[in-house]
Amino acid sequence: MRATDCADPLMEIIDVEKHYKRLRAVDGVSLAIWRGSCFGLLGPNGAGKTTLIEVIEDIIAPTAGTILYKGERRAAQFRQEVGIMFQQTALLSFLTVAETLETFSRLYDTTEPVAHLMKRCHLGEVKNQLNDKISGGQKQRLLLALALLNRPELVFLDEPSTGLDPQARRNLWEIIKSVKSQGRTIVLTTHYMEEAEKLCDDIAIMDQGRIIARGAPQDLIRTHCKRATLSVPKDQFPQKIDIRHGFCRERGNRIQIRTENVNAVVGQLLSNRVDMRGVNVKTPTLEDVFLKLTGRSLRE
Amino acid sequence: MRFKRLWAIFNTRNREFFRDREAFGWNFLFPFLIILGFGVIFKGDYLSPFKVGVFPVPHTVSVAQSIDNLPDSFTAFKAIAWVGVENRIHGVEKLKHHKIDLLVEAGTQPVRYWVSDSSPSGAIVERLLKEALAPPDSGDRFEKKDIQGLQIRYIDWLFPGILGMNMMFSALYGVGWVVVRYRKNGVLKRLKATPLTAFEYLSAQLLSRIFLLMFTLVVVWLGCNLILDFKIYGCLTNLFVVFLAGSACMTTLGLVIASRGTSEEFANGILNFICWPMMFLSEVWFSIEGAPAWLKTSAKIFPLTHVLTAARKVMNEGQGLLAVMPELGILATMTLTFLLVGAALFSWNK
Repeated sequence: MRATDCADPLMEIIDVEKHYKRLRAVDGVSLAIWRGSCFGLLGPNGAGKTTLIEVIEDIIAPTAGTILYKGERRAAQFRQEVGIMFQQTALLSFLTVAETLETFSRLYDTTEPVAHLMKRCHLGEVKNQLNDKISGGQKQRLLLALALLNRPELVFLDEPSTGLDPQARRNLWEIIKSVKSQGRTIVLTTHYMEEAEKLCDDIAIMDQGRIIARGAPQDLIRTHCKRATLSVPKDQFPQKIDIRHGFCRERGNRIQIRTENVNAVVGQLLSNRVDMRGVNVKTPTLEDVFLKLTGRSLRE
Repeated sequence: MRFKRLWAIFNTRNREFFRDREAFGWNFLFPFLIILGFGVIFKGDYLSPFKVGVFPVPHTVSVAQSIDNLPDSFTAFKAIAWVGVENRIHGVEKLKHHKIDLLVEAGTQPVRYWVSDSSPSGAIVERLLKEALAPPDSGDRFEKKDIQGLQIRYIDWLFPGILGMNMMFSALYGVGWVVVRYRKNGVLKRLKATPLTAFEYLSAQLLSRIFLLMFTLVVVWLGCNLILDFKIYGCLTNLFVVFLAGSACMTTLGLVIASRGTSEEFANGILNFICWPMMFLSEVWFSIEGAPAWLKTSAKIFPLTHVLTAARKVMNEGQGLLAVMPELGILATMTLTFLLVGAALFSWNK
C-alpha cells in the first residue's frame, strides 16, 4: 500500500531507506499512520523497527525517502507535538522523579501539570526519589510520563513494557489505553503479541528492513492463518471417521485436526459422539501470523 | 533560542554537580589539600634542592653530630638537605638511584666522598664541597647584590598554577567526559527528542561549567587564603577576569572533545593526552625557562599557559588588565574557535 493512497494520515512515510555501510536497516518502507489510531510495528530483533521508528521520530536521518507530518515536512513544531519513549534511556542522575518532570516540562511550550501527570502515571509515591533509586516498572512509567508531558498529538512507544513483570505491564497498558481514549495517535513497537492485540488497531510486520504485512490484527490473522487446530484425545477419537474439512495428524496421545471450518469439524465430531470436554480448540494468533510470514518467533 | 530551556538545563547541571559527592571532593577538596600540603611543606621557604648522604649514622644519632669533618660553610648551606645512612653500601645504593646527590663518610680526614658521574646535581654539590674545603682566593672579583622589591615565595608562585590546573581538569572532564557519558547512555538522545536545540544545550553546559568553575575557585581561594595568607599584589577583580576568560576557554575546549563519540575510554584517553602535557608545559608546578625554544613555543598552544602567565602577572607582579591584554586576547580567540568547532561538530547521538 502506498502512503499517498490514504485520505487523512497524520504521518506519511514514503520510500524511506536507512543504510549503515553495507547493511540496509530500512529498505524502502512506505506507510501511513492514521490520526487517532494505535499503530503497531512488529518484528524480530534486528528487523529494523527501532531504526525505522527513530527515522520517523527525526532522531536519525534517513538515507533516502520522504517523511511528512500533517502533510508537510517535519519542522521545529514537530518536536513540540510529539512524545517519545525510547527503548533504552538513562535519566539525568541526581534528580528526583518530580524534578525530572519539571525540568522536561520547561523544554516545551505547552505541558500537562506535573502533579496531574504523576497521578495519572502512578508516580506520586516516588516523586521525591532519585531516578536511579526507582524500580524498573516505575522507571518505565516515568519515561511514559515524559513522553506524555507535552500533551502530544503523536506518541511513540518503543517496546514500552520490555522487562516488566505481568502486573507492571498491565498497569502500563491501562495508561496507554487511557491515552488512546483521548484520541491521541500512538506508534508502538513491541515483542509481545498480547500487547499488540490488546492495544493496536493497525499493525505492520517488519522483517529485514521491509514491511511484509499490514492490517488490523484480526484481518492479518484471517488473511494469513485461516486454519484453527482442534486437539482430540486419541482414545476418544473414532476409528472409522473421515474428517472432510481438515487434516489429521497424530501428536503423542492426541489427534490434531487443522481446519478452516471449525464448526463443520465440531459438528462431525459431535455426530460421532466424541466427548467435547476433552477437545481443545486453538485459534490462530498474531504469533502464528508472524511465524508464518517470517519463519521466526518474535523473540528470536 | 528560548532562555527558559537554557535555564532549565543550566539549573539541572548545577544541581547535579552539587549533589554528586565525588565531584564535590574532586573540585573542592583536591585543590585545597594540594595547596595546603605544599604550604605546610614549604612554610614560606624553598625546598632544599640538593641531598647529601652521610654514613655511618646510626638511628640514635642525628646527622648534625656526624658531619664535624665538613667545613661550616658547607654544612650551613640552606640548599642542602642531610640524609643519614647506616653504611656505605646503602649510601652507594641511594646514590645510584639518584635519591641523594653526594655521599660523605663521617669523620674522615681528608674528607672521603662518592658522587655519580651521571648526576648533574651531584656535580654541583661536589663543586660546592670542594670550594668549601679549599676556598679560592676570591678577593674582590664579585659583589653580591640582593633582589630589590617583591620577593615571591614559591607557594605564592604555585598557587595560581594549582587553581589553573584544577580549572583545567574540572572544565575538560566536567564537560568532555560528562557529555560523552550522556551521549553513550542515551540522555542526549532523550533531550534531542524535545524542542531543546543543540545551541541551547551547549550554551547551558558552557554557562553552567563557567559558573561552577568560578564558584569553586572562589571557595578554594577563600579557604586557602584563610590558612596560608597568600600575597596578592594585583587587583582581585583583574584576577577574576583572567580566571573567567580561562574557564570559558577551557570549557569550550571541553565542548570540542565532547562534540562527538560515545566511548568514555576514548574520551578519557583524549583528555589525558591533552591534560598532562598542558599541566607540565604550562608551568603549573615549575618554570620551563631554560627549556629548548621549540618546547617553550609549543607550550603556547595550551590555554592554561596564557591563563597562568596572566594570573601570575596580576598576582605576583601586581600588573593591571592592560598588561594581560595579550593573554586575554589569545584566550578570547581560542574560546571563539573552540566554540565554533564544538558547535559545528556536535552530535546528539553519534
